[in-house]
Amino acid sequence: MTVNQISIFLENKYGKLNELLTLLSKENIRIIAATVADTTEFGILRMIVSDAQKAHQLLKDNNVSVNLTEVLAIAAQPAADGFADILSHFTKAGLSIEYMYCFSSKEKSVLILRTNNRESALEVIRKQNLKCITENDLMNL
Amino acid sequence: MIEYWQKELETISRKDLEKLQLTRLWQTMERAEKSSFYQKVFAEYNISADKIQSLEDLKKLPFTTKDDLRNYYPFGMAAIPLKDCVRLHSSSGTTGNPTVVLHSAKDLDEWANQVARCMYMVGIRDTDIFQNTSGYGMFTGGLGFQYGAEKLGCLTVPSAAGNSKRQIKFITDFGTTCLHIIPSYAIRLAEVMLAEGIDPQRDTKLHTFCIGAEPHSEEQRQRIERMLGIKAYNCFGMSEMNGPGVAFECKEQNGLHIWEDYTIVEIIDPVTLEPVPDGEVGELVLTTINREAMPLIRYRTRDLTCILPGECKCGRTHKRIARFKGRSDDMIILKGVNIFPIQVEEILMQFKELGSNYLITMGTIDNNDEMLIEVELGDFSTDDYSRLQNLTRTITRHLKDELLITPRLKLVSKGSLPVQEGKVVRVVDLRVNS
Repeated sequence: MTVNQISIFLENKYGKLNELLTLLSKENIRIIAATVADTTEFGILRMIVSDAQKAHQLLKDNNVSVNLTEVLAIAAQPAADGFADILSHFTKAGLSIEYMYCFSSKEKSVLILRTNNRESALEVIRKQNLKCITENDLMNL
Repeated sequence: MIEYWQKELETISRKDLEKLQLTRLWQTMERAEKSSFYQKVFAEYNISADKIQSLEDLKKLPFTTKDDLRNYYPFGMAAIPLKDCVRLHSSSGTTGNPTVVLHSAKDLDEWANQVARCMYMVGIRDTDIFQNTSGYGMFTGGLGFQYGAEKLGCLTVPSAAGNSKRQIKFITDFGTTCLHIIPSYAIRLAEVMLAEGIDPQRDTKLHTFCIGAEPHSEEQRQRIERMLGIKAYNCFGMSEMNGPGVAFECKEQNGLHIWEDYTIVEIIDPVTLEPVPDGEVGELVLTTINREAMPLIRYRTRDLTCILPGECKCGRTHKRIARFKGRSDDMIILKGVNIFPIQVEEILMQFKELGSNYLITMGTIDNNDEMLIEVELGDFSTDDYSRLQNLTRTITRHLKDELLITPRLKLVSKGSLPVQEGKVVRVVDLRVNS
């Protein structure tokens, strides 16, 4: 039900982001979705990529502060209330969203999110029968 | 059973040691009078060896400073003819004249003995293979350890500084067991080993490191010991006092024995110039009492330390000095507060999330002097933003408690600060009025 997300500690330094992305592109790792959260001192780059394990190893070997995090990847209807619908299930279950971002591919919208309680979130998904994206799906996107 | 290189001298009673010191002080003064510097000084203060009745009278003698050495550059401190000198070491002269230290053949032999005594004390034997990663040439850590290790009978590998991969190749190929290394470089070398897939415990025979030549914290020593599975002993030396071998930790790892048959040790208040009691931090002042070519009397080292009170379990009677608090020259004065870089390091090393590399930069922002501390993360990364922010806040609070000013702390990714092979630059001062 979950997919692996690459999280990278990123200091605010000219050219740093470009350097990382070039590294991935050279190894033919596709970036499916990415988001950067930043403060004045540092940022965290979060990415969904075509091969998370490979990307993780590659970055580690290049001395990048990186880790793999399990996140939920849920397919949403491309309608106006598509995202709101999904989030409302989590809210009703008393869960908070720590962060969220989304991407679209082939008329499919995908919501990447992390809540404050993994087990309860998985239960919500099962109960509400929400459609999840798997690692295999990502490779084929 | 504790083994000694020179049992009688190392465990000599305090009474006999002081007697030996006084005799050697007289000899030193008689020799010193032959140098143009001390000839002038002794005449000016109207002193001579016969006016010294006890070690207490040492106080009657004026101090010698680094400036004196510079002003009498190059040979004004020589107490024997140059034809009887066999070696010269000179410090880099970044400001003004460099300093010169001259050695007779006997001086070199005594120096080698001092170093051998230190190495023997930490368990190094003639069966060991000793690799010296110091720069050779004028830097005394090279030849100083070289001669000491040879005197001890080790098989020596004078690999000199730099080129980590070559160092590691020597360590694995030759079965190096002991290393002399600068602490910041020890960590760098361990990192390179791990990156190369070499397990220091499985793939090397390393067991003992002599670390010195730059101030380092107890936490950093323990990190080196953990990373490499070895014992690391703190060594102290300075070129004016020959070089390495002046003081060294014994296996107790609790203070450095300073060889009092070679030097008379005093700790003074750097402002009042009065002696401070044991246990109190002050400036280390040393008098060479076993050197022919260039005796130094009451030399102000600028190093800050204290005498550790009490006896050492190892049975050696020579006084112990504490880990150095830094040099009085290294002290940063920021917003009227005195700060030593080692204080920053001690705090940073307490956090397992952090790596070993850090940089302190002082700058002026809006007419305010500020301190920026950049520190690399270790093998740690998190997806949790608030954890990083909390970490920054917690470290900053600890730093503030220690330094009494609030620095700006910046976490940076691993490997992003400059790596130097050799003495590491930890402090950059960009302040407008500095």
